[in-house]
This record gives sequence, structure tokens and C-alpha cells, in this order.
Amino acid sequence: MTTTPTDTPLIGEFTAVTPSGPLEGARIGVITFPGTLDDRDAARAVRLGGGTPVPLWHADQSLHGVDAVILPGGFSYGDYLRAGAIARFAPVMDTVVKEAGAAAASSSPLPVLGICNGFQVLTEAQLLPGSMIKNDHLKFICKDQVLRVENTETAWTSQFTQDELITVPMKNQDGQYVVSAEELEAIEAEGRVVFRYVGENPNGSRNHIAGVTNERGNVVGLMPHPEHAVEAGYGPDDATGLREGTDGLTIFTSVVSSLAGGSK
Amino acid sequence: MTQSSTSFNIDTVENASTTPETELPWAELGLKEDEYHRIVQILGRRPTAAELAMYSVMWSEHCSYKSSKVHLRQFGEKVTEEMKKDLMVGIGENAGVTNLGDGWAVTFKIESHNHPSYVEPYQGAATGIGGIVRDIISMGARPVAVMDPLRFGDIDHPDTKRVLPGVVSGIGGYGNSLGLPNIGGEVVFDSVYQQNPLVNALAVGVLKHEDLRLANASGVGNKVVLFGARTGGDGIGGASVLASESFDDTKPSKRPAVQVGDPFAEKVLIECCLELFHSELVEGIQDLGAAGISCATSELASNGEGGMHVELTKVLLRDPTLTPGEILMSESQERMMAVVTPGNAEAFEAVMGKWGVEYSWLGEVTDTGRLIIEWDGETIVDVDPRTVAHDGPVYERPYHRPDWQDDLQADTFRISDAAADLPATAEELGEAVVELMSSPNMTDVSWITDQYDRFVGGNTALSQPDDAGVIRVDEETGLGVGLATDCNGRYAYLDPYTGAQLALAEAYRNVATSGAVPMAVSDCLNFGSPEDPEIMWQFAEAVRGLADGCKTLGIPVTGGNVSLYNQTAGRAIHPTPVVGVMGKFDDVARRTPSGFQRWADGQAIYLLGTTADELDGSEFARLRGHLGGLPPKVDLAAEKTLGEILINASRDGMIDSAHDLSEGGLAAALAEMSLRFGVGSRTALDELCERDGVDPFTALFSESQGRALVALPRSEELRFTDMTSARRFPALRLGVVDAVSGGLEVSGPFEGGSFGIGLDELKEVWSSVIPSRFGGLVEAEIATRQQ
Repeated sequence: MTTTPTDTPLIGEFTAVTPSGPLEGARIGVITFPGTLDDRDAARAVRLGGGTPVPLWHADQSLHGVDAVILPGGFSYGDYLRAGAIARFAPVMDTVVKEAGAAAASSSPLPVLGICNGFQVLTEAQLLPGSMIKNDHLKFICKDQVLRVENTETAWTSQFTQDELITVPMKNQDGQYVVSAEELEAIEAEGRVVFRYVGENPNGSRNHIAGVTNERGNVVGLMPHPEHAVEAGYGPDDATGLREGTDGLTIFTSVVSSLAGGSK
Repeated sequence: MTQSSTSFNIDTVENASTTPETELPWAELGLKEDEYHRIVQILGRRPTAAELAMYSVMWSEHCSYKSSKVHLRQFGEKVTEEMKKDLMVGIGENAGVTNLGDGWAVTFKIESHNHPSYVEPYQGAATGIGGIVRDIISMGARPVAVMDPLRFGDIDHPDTKRVLPGVVSGIGGYGNSLGLPNIGGEVVFDSVYQQNPLVNALAVGVLKHEDLRLANASGVGNKVVLFGARTGGDGIGGASVLASESFDDTKPSKRPAVQVGDPFAEKVLIECCLELFHSELVEGIQDLGAAGISCATSELASNGEGGMHVELTKVLLRDPTLTPGEILMSESQERMMAVVTPGNAEAFEAVMGKWGVEYSWLGEVTDTGRLIIEWDGETIVDVDPRTVAHDGPVYERPYHRPDWQDDLQADTFRISDAAADLPATAEELGEAVVELMSSPNMTDVSWITDQYDRFVGGNTALSQPDDAGVIRVDEETGLGVGLATDCNGRYAYLDPYTGAQLALAEAYRNVATSGAVPMAVSDCLNFGSPEDPEIMWQFAEAVRGLADGCKTLGIPVTGGNVSLYNQTAGRAIHPTPVVGVMGKFDDVARRTPSGFQRWADGQAIYLLGTTADELDGSEFARLRGHLGGLPPKVDLAAEKTLGEILINASRDGMIDSAHDLSEGGLAAALAEMSLRFGVGSRTALDELCERDGVDPFTALFSESQGRALVALPRSEELRFTDMTSARRFPALRLGVVDAVSGGLEVSGPFEGGSFGIGLDELKEVWSSVIPSRFGGLVEAEIATRQQ
């Protein structure tokens, strides 16, 4: 069935402050699948990053003219089959693949960010290489995670500095990134690792990979959750104190700024 | 009568009237003989098989509160008008609702899922979360967080190894999939909980005043709809034969009585219900938990116009072989029942379609005063719903103070062998602090809490290990709530009346320590068998203590749950009245963290309150294998004053960290404040020992109540001590935060003058207790595999 964005209740009840300034023209879609959990967090992050979040519904093929798309975290369809395996067949994904995938005709294909379950959906949709399996320790784990930003050329990372260390929450059960040896070599050779775990490998991911991008650099997948590190008081702990970390916000200001034609 | 399903199908009301001699399996369904006779008396004939099924579950201890009701009345009787001023919905509904101001309200409740979690730890714990969350939804609220007070047997007992990992992953597996942050709880190990673990779950939800919904079926001709998951054969008799009996090795496994959870179905159900509320499409709503359709139909009908007509073959089934009685009793999860006007039916169906939720229209509301359930057009239930839902048996169970209580209370720690060789020198005291912090009850529980999502929703301002879990409700104003749950079963064992008040006092103190103004209480009363007069006395005393305590503190009990029969082979758990307190923040940005801040070097540390020689029931006594004497004294007036000080200090930004003193006393509080961010301290006990007339050992390990530690910038010291002296509340400058030394340094009037404990060393022992038993969460396990 088709619904308009105003029909979805998730973000409509969102109560954060409205941004001002010229950037709110950047309209960023946030997709809700059944079982999506972090859609309101992603919408808040877009807003705090200076953009306008637009709720997108899994069953609606239309992207409603958004400038970029976020696939948030959660357990789409319960992840009972395999994380992201069913969500990738959602009507909205057909359009995302068309506008962001390798076949996209535009010279500036749609920027897409998949976080956690969203990353899993992007690999299932083959917009990104590799796949996610159960953590090597077999448990769900929630912790503050340090990442190194290794690619600042994407629309989502343009405002980071090369090799910047950031702390964002990580929380997942199926977070172990696996990929064939050939693809891994290609990803590394082409500099397509966007984020890498620093310190102990938290889940057994190949080469400590936390996030990758596609060949054209418009699609980024990331296991940890930058949308949970955008507001002081509610993020990960950092040196200044309890839950003060806001390192994740740069992802959202990066895309808003890129869409507004800005650069770093 | 035979056991085949066809014979169930044809046991109509008509058949029951003409076959009074038919024997029914009332005993197998958990009914007592006099209860069965009462059903016959109410109906004027023998019940049908389906009616018997309904009465048996609804009259079970779990659903009817038949043993506890006469005592629980005090929660209503001891409430003053003043206490009710913010209470929008009190005891009796699915969950109580408290006005938070600005048009917001909050609803919260604790429930137990003890018995199922012992039989099948993962599903038992998972569906415990599922059930309490549906209670919250049915009030019209969006669930925003969960907490889980847990109690297990001895940490080294094989049964604990079986139960704990399953319970933890069940809570995580279900709660994480719902998108609800887990913001706190408790983990207690004690051999009394072996074979009777306590798995309590608290859920909190928020709503706008206009979204409040109640469980009643009003409006004759309105339609009754069942939606969510299909009805299956799981959880049949969960409330009656499982939760309302003691465990016994001689009986067969009760696994089929445990429900199986589907968190994805529940997540979709949450969003779907919120959309129904938002679009004003339901007149009344009730979740299906214990006693399933029996409970939902009889409660909705008796709370509304009094009648309902239902066709049971319309229920969508997972298992088509279920009998009508089984369908009525099934506790399959993720189901809701609603009352919808005919005019809204189409819109209701559209919402179901959007979320992909299955539904079936079962019947309609009537004003006949009868609940009529048909099976393929033949009447199989014809009852007054009130007799099922509300007029169950009420027992004045006999109770008396145990003969052994006096001896227990006379056996104090000080006169016991356990006190023969107490630490007295610097070295001994230092070692004792390390020993205390490596006790399973004082240890780092991040192995458990790291398996729970604490970030989802983006509104978690505090979570474990801080004193309270804090959630922002309104993102524009910062309006929010703080919650804590507490209970020390050892205290309650020594004196149930005081023990219940101590649980209340601690939860109240924790909430106030975080900076929230305590507003409301929910309780989960976990006890042994009510058929034992001594257990019943513990229960009666605990309820009386809690009700009196709430009146003194001026905060009402808004709801809760009773879990009885927590005993195995005649051995009962300690009375464990878990108390949850909810408090309000005007702005959660003002919340006070529990740990010394990294930038707080040189800040002053103050101890609030008085320390007496109160080691009975303490964690230190437990380490020495002793339990006897009287629990610490409770002074609720002092708790109230302490709370005001902590709340004002938070609101005015005077303090940067605060932590209450409870299990493990001052030693534990100091260690925990340092371990939080790895920031040390230098403190001196001399003045404390002199002022309160206690020795250094007592100063460190006594568990006197009404105390807290705070750290504040020196620039605030005068303002802070002015406030404490104005309230005549004892405040003593104990020392300073030391962010450089990386240690806990304590000096005092003992041999050697001072001892120091390196935080690295302390952290090592403190954080390895649980992983060393249950395996590393990440590092240790990976290291093992790489070898």
C-alpha cells in the first residue's frame, strides 16, 4: 500500500527544536521498515545536523524527492531469516538501488547511509560489498566504540579530518563484517574502508572494518551508531564527562553541507 | 467425559445443564474443591469445560490475588488526598498513571516472571519484558524504557550457570528488538534464590493526557477485535499451574506452560497501537497476558457495559487442534483486544493493513450483563463476567510470626563468631575493601548490562551503574523521569516490616540522588508460599511496612504485582519486596552522575547523614557467612530531608556527583564513585569516627541508612553547607577528589594511619567476578579462541 510521509507516525511526533538557516533545504529521507528502531534517532540527528528529515515508508516506492537517504538501525522483520534479508525486497529499496547503485545514470548519485541494520540491508541489496554475520563472541554488545575515519571523500564524511578518531556507541548482535579475500583486497586498495575499529576488534570483523563505501563513494555503511552521538548529555562518555560525546554529528553536518554545495 | 477435543467442543451450556454428574478436571487445573463448588453455586449448574478453563485461570493466585488482596487494600486505604493529587490512574488498571505536568503523564509498573524464567530462562525472561511492555501500551502510552531487577542463586552454583546467561540474553533479545533502552535494575546473588530466581521487569511509558486509554468495553453494539499474533498452544495454564504453585521435583516438567516470545511482532504491535490511539480508533483496549482471552473478555466486559458476545471460532490460530478451553487459557504473546465502534472498523482495518498485523472481529459489546462465548453458534460460556474477573475467592490466610524470628533477631553480628576477627589495621581494612568489592553483589555488572541497548531512543540521560535510570520525556523542555528499583531480601528476612521500608527508602534515595523528585511507587512482592502461615506473616508485614512508608514519604503505590510460591521443596526465598520509585525532573540536563568526574580534581567530598553500628544483614556480614540481628534503622523523615538536599543541590548546580550509601556502606560508595571514571580520592575517617562514636571498621562497612556522598567544587562548599545546616542535616567534609593519584586513599584512627588501594588493582578484581564465571563478553572469549 502507498502512504504519504505524513501518514507515518514515527517522526511526526518528534519534538526537537527546529533548525534555522539556509541548510534546512537539505531534505534527508529516513526509511522505516517494520522492526526499525533508530528511525527517530536518525531523524533527530539530521535535524541537529541542520537538515530536514523526511520519513520514508518501506512499502512506498517514492523517495518523495529527498536529497539523501538513511537506512537506520533496528531489527527489520525481526532479522529472523538473516539481518536485512527481507527488508532489501521492500518497494522503497527498488528506488534506492536505482538511484544510488552502479547503474544510476546521474553524475551525482543519491547519497545513502546505512547504519547497523541499514548497513546489513545495503549489503543484502548489493549496494555494498560483503556481509554481516553473528559477532564472534556470539553475544549482543552495547559499548562506546572508538573508530578511525579513513576516508573523508564521501558525502557522509567530508567534514572529518583524515584518520580522525571518533567515539560512537556500538550495539549489535550480527556485526561481524565478512567479505571475500579478493573483494577485501579491492576495498583496501581503493581506499573504500571508511571507518575502522580502533583497539580490540569488538566482533571479529575482517581487517577491523566498521564501515565501507561503494566504488562511486555515494553509499556508506557503518555498524556503530553515529545518530546516538549527536547531542551532549545523551551520547557516549567522553573526556569531558558522562554521555557528552557528539562525534557522530559530523556525519550529518557533512552530508547537509555536501548537499548544500559546500565542501570541507 | 473423555479427553478428546471433540468432547470439549460439544460441552455446551445446554449439555452442562443436562449432565450435572459429569466429572471435571478442576484439580488438574489448579482449583481447590471449595472453589469448584463455588463456581457450581454461581452458575446454578456445573460449568462447561470452557467455563471451567476460564474460572481456573482467572481465580488462580496469579490473576486473582486471592491470598494477597486483603493486605494489598492498605495501599489504597493509606493514601491521602495530597498523595493523590498527581495520580491520574491508580491501582487496578493495567498500570498506574502519574501526571508529569505540561500535558505529559507517565506510567510505569514492575512485574515478575520468576517461575517461567526458571523453567526456560530465555523465553521466560523475554516474555516477562513483553508482558510488562503491553501493560504500558494498553494505557495509551509509548513505552520508553525498561529495567530489570534480577536475583540468582549462589554465583558458583551450577543452576545459576544455567539460568543467568539465558535470562540475560532473553531480556536483551526481547528488549533490544523493541527499541527500548534498558536503564537499570539490580543483580543479586544469594543461595536462597537457587531454583527460585527472581526475574522482575519494569517498563515505563509516556503519554499526553488526552491519549490515556482504559480497559473497558463501553458502547452497546461496539465491536470486539483480537489483533496481533495468532493464538497457539504455548503458555496454557501459565498463570494457574505454573505461577501459582511451588516447584517440586516429583512433578513433570512444566515447559509447555511457558510462553514463547516474538519481539518483532511486539514492536510492530507497539507502533500499530500508537497509531490507533493517535487516530482515536479504539474505545477500550486490553493486553493479553496471564489468562489470555479469558482475562481480556471478562475484564473488558465487567469494566464496561457488563456484557459481551463472542464467537470463539473466529480466533486466528497457530494450532488448529486447540480446544475452546485451551484457546481461552492460552497465553500466547503479542496479542491485544480492543473495542471499536462500527464506524471506525474500516479505519481500524487500514491501520492493521499498514503494519501487517493480523486481526479478527470476535463479537460485540452488549448490555445483557452476561459474557456469552459461542463455538460455531453453540453457547459454551454463559457467565456474569464480574464473577470471573472480580468476584474470585478472597482468602484471609492464617499468618503468625515465625517462632524462630526472635532467635534470628537476637543473633547479632557483633556477638557472632563472624565478628571474632574484624579488620582493624590499615592493611586489614584495605584488604577488606578489596574483598568487599569482589563480592558478587558489589561487583561490576557490565557483563550483563552491556548486552542491553541503553542508547536507543536518544533520551537516556543516565543508566546503570548510576543510582537511577533517567529518561528525557520532552525534548524541548528536558522534562523527564528518573527511576530506581531496590530491595535487600536479607533485611526483609530479619524484619519484613522494616525490610520493605528499607527497600522503599533506598529506591527513594536513589531517585533523589540522581536529582529527581520522587512521585510514585510500583512494587513487585516476591515471596514463598502463602499457604505457610510464617510466609504469610512475612508478606503481611512487608505490605504493612510499605504502605506505612509510602504514607510517610507522601508518594502513592500506583500498581504492581505479587509473586507467591517462590519456593522449592519447602525452602522459600527471602521475602523480596522489590520497590520501584519514579521521580520527576523539570530538566534532565540537571541529573547528577554517580562517579567522580575526570575534571573534578580537588573537589570536596561530603558525607551526608549519620553512621551507627549497623552491620546486621550487611554485605560484610554476608561475606563472613552471617545473617542475623536487626536490619538498619529506617528514618523516613531523614530520608525526605536528605532527598530535598540532593534535589536542591542538583537543581541549583551545586554538586557534580552524588552516590547513595547502601549495601557495603561507605567503603562501597567511595569505591564505586572512583571506579566509574577511574578517578581516585583522599579521605579521612577521624572526624566521622569521633562525631558518630564508631570505629574505623564500622565507619567503612556499616549500612546505616539515610546517607549519601557528594562531590562539589570548593566554590560551592559554603552554599552547600549553609543548606545542610539550615535543614539541621549532618554533613561532614570527608576529603577530596584526587584525579591524579589513581587510587583510593583512606586515613583514620587505626594502626598504620592510612591505606591506599590502586584503582587499577581494584578494577581488576571488581570487573572480573562475573566474566570469570560466565565467560568474557568480548576480550576474554576472543583471546581464548585465538590461542
